Amino acid sequence: MKCTSACAGCSDSLALRYVLKAAGPDTALVIPACCTSVIQGIYPNTAFNVPVYNVAFAAAAACASGMSNAFRSTGKKTNVIVYAGDGGTLDIGIQSLSGAFERGTDFLYICYDNEAYGNTGMQRSGGTPIGARTTTTPGGKTDVKKDIDAIVAAHDPPYMATACAAYPQDLFKKVQKALTFRGPTFIHLLAPCPPGWRFSTEKSVEMGKLAVKSGMWVLWEREDGKLTISAQSRAAIKKPIPLEEYLAPQGRFKGIDPKSLETLKKRLESNIRKLTQEEARE
Amino acid sequence: MYEIRIHSRGGQGGVTAAHLLALAAMHDGKYATACPFYGAERRGAPIVSFVRIDDKSIRIYSQIKKPDLVVVLDASVMDTVDVLQGLKTGGRVLINSAHKYEFSGFSSCNVDLTGIALKENLIVAGAPILNTPVLGALAKMGIVSVDSAKKAISEMFSDERNVKAAEAAYKEMSA
Amino acid sequence: MKKIATGNKAVAEAVKQVKPEVIAAYPITPQTEIVEQIAEFVAGGELNSRYIPVESEHSAMAACIGASITGVRTFTATSSHGLLYMHEMTNWAAGARLPIVMANVNRSIGPGWNIWAEHTDALQERDTGWLQVYVSTVQEAYDATLMAFRIAEHHDVLLPVMVNLDGFSLSHIMQPLDTVELGDYIPPLHLKHAIDPKNPQGYGGLTGPDQHFKFRWEIERSMRDSVKAIEQAEKDFAARFGRKYGFTEQYRCEDAEIVVIAMGTLGKEAEVAIDNLRSEGIKAGSLRLRWLRPFPVLELKGKDIVVIDRGYSFGFGGILANEIRARCGVNVYSVIAGLGGQEVTYEDIADFVRTRRIDEEFWFGVNDRV
Repeated sequence: MKCTSACAGCSDSLALRYVLKAAGPDTALVIPACCTSVIQGIYPNTAFNVPVYNVAFAAAAACASGMSNAFRSTGKKTNVIVYAGDGGTLDIGIQSLSGAFERGTDFLYICYDNEAYGNTGMQRSGGTPIGARTTTTPGGKTDVKKDIDAIVAAHDPPYMATACAAYPQDLFKKVQKALTFRGPTFIHLLAPCPPGWRFSTEKSVEMGKLAVKSGMWVLWEREDGKLTISAQSRAAIKKPIPLEEYLAPQGRFKGIDPKSLETLKKRLESNIRKLTQEEARE
Repeated sequence: MYEIRIHSRGGQGGVTAAHLLALAAMHDGKYATACPFYGAERRGAPIVSFVRIDDKSIRIYSQIKKPDLVVVLDASVMDTVDVLQGLKTGGRVLINSAHKYEFSGFSSCNVDLTGIALKENLIVAGAPILNTPVLGALAKMGIVSVDSAKKAISEMFSDERNVKAAEAAYKEMSA
Repeated sequence: MKKIATGNKAVAEAVKQVKPEVIAAYPITPQTEIVEQIAEFVAGGELNSRYIPVESEHSAMAACIGASITGVRTFTATSSHGLLYMHEMTNWAAGARLPIVMANVNRSIGPGWNIWAEHTDALQERDTGWLQVYVSTVQEAYDATLMAFRIAEHHDVLLPVMVNLDGFSLSHIMQPLDTVELGDYIPPLHLKHAIDPKNPQGYGGLTGPDQHFKFRWEIERSMRDSVKAIEQAEKDFAARFGRKYGFTEQYRCEDAEIVVIAMGTLGKEAEVAIDNLRSEGIKAGSLRLRWLRPFPVLELKGKDIVVIDRGYSFGFGGILANEIRARCGVNVYSVIAGLGGQEVTYEDIADFVRTRRIDEEFWFGVNDRV
């Protein structure tokens, strides 16, 4: 099939390319229902050069837990990587995610976050920011974005990080580093989505950069609990661009109500404060 | 029963064109069904939608195999899709194009829907709106009445430019 | 009011008129438009329900149960894997005797991921105590959803009702829809066992071997009593709104020597096959089964029965075929067709009749006769 089944401008497939480059061929991907389920292509083709195991929506981390235990029990060092959307991670998948982390499973869990249920047509998820329009929040979401990083951090994983599809080298390094650890590792990756966020398809990378430059998305990593803010965000924190510059090109934030905008700003500031304070303490 | 197959690309409004056509036919007092066929549902992928129109209720749900009319909203799909497949002998083709296409064995009409949309400034997310002006062309071909076409368009879209574009297509089209 | 709508939108329209106080639902293709339309109605003030965007289908049914036991009307919708994920709780809802109404957009089960029509999802729920109806037109999807609330809430029933519509084949196609003024067609809900702090009760707690079976019998008793409630609801619907339904929709069966039985849109398209067969001199008729639970009485003896199953029980056979065999005491030609949205046309259906072999099973598209 001479084409892609991804949308034009898709950040997910862009990021996955770097993830697989970093992981190398001795890798198995576990994918719950998500955009990547479709991007793989339709039987009898598969778009990827590593084994891809598709599994039910709620079950990715549990499935990966079984797979990793099985590989390790037979002496295999194969990387087990879950590549899941925000829906399958923050909402329906959170039980299995928590279980796999609590049991110290040796795997890498990557959540690519397009802040809605992309594969079923952009309904809201726990990862949708407050004020954003989705098909099930036509007037703008009234609840804040669930802080999955704090939830995962509470499981004390040996390594976790945030990344963004617009910064592929940073993502590449973080994936490589995560895979050197034994135990559960987590990367939360922002994946700007043209049809979902309603911006024009050639602007995906630009949108990712605006997210980081405004401080809405902070790039950092935590190694054995020690936090390091990545260089691009360090610069952004020193001299952030106004949040409005990030929000304006996105149709999902058009006409955002002032209270939601206020909450977005407050949470942005409080998040940066928390991270910089944590880093300073160490 | 009259069967129409509409070829377009995802995101161009081919599915909405089918809905509009069915709605217009209903206003003509007919029974109509509209059906998108879901293949790869991604923006830019070729898609097909179907409309059936009859005087009595339609009990068929399977795909149209032998259309009476084929509508091509995006001529580029013809590179990968055989738009004429199954077209009945004596069937017609309506194609969105500034110039005439010859399809051996079938009569074809062309109308520059893209040009009309651009002239009326009927553009959404950078793409010209084709599904409202095509209704004007279909009215010219006698598939639905002009009044019902305009009624259907006004019911679905409040922007008057949509009706204007349909009227322009009606005028411009060579029968 | 006359309009044109998809099956999904028709269900949402019916829900809007019934005004459930709580709707808890999780999106899944091809149900999503139901949920999105309801969200739009709520956001636009056209529907004053609380819409809970739950985090999974298991939670959707759990939330409906929690809401329903307070005595309010609830609704949810799902499909396929969502229904399967809910399975523990669909059992719970029936056992808890709650008049929850759910629209299920029939879709196949993976792996591989397939988003098109198949009945196995709902068929796997047939043992739970839910009433199940299968619709075949947009109008019927709307009408059946309205009737479902009335039936579920009937004092002799108090069991949840599932309205099934074929994924994409009905959920996404547009047909004419005539909406109604409900009036008092659905009486106000008075749930006798609703939670009441002034009259505290324990719900669903530990029940010993000497008691539990009695509750199970009560479910079955109400399932049997629901036959009358369904008849009443449909009769009243016909009187008020002019459209008649029934446990089955029979087409040209009066003098038929062969009867084709199917559910959903295939059951409707079968009528076109019947007309074609009749013009060939073959005396065929079609019977579209609407209510799967409670399973109706069918008079099939003395005819050749062709059953089209859009679902299967591995190691046993076509589910509908076997239910018909068991209940009606007839031999059938069991056709397995339409799985995963496999296209089945009126020409294929006519062929099933022409090439029928009673007591055999035929997997359409698989070349060997089994």
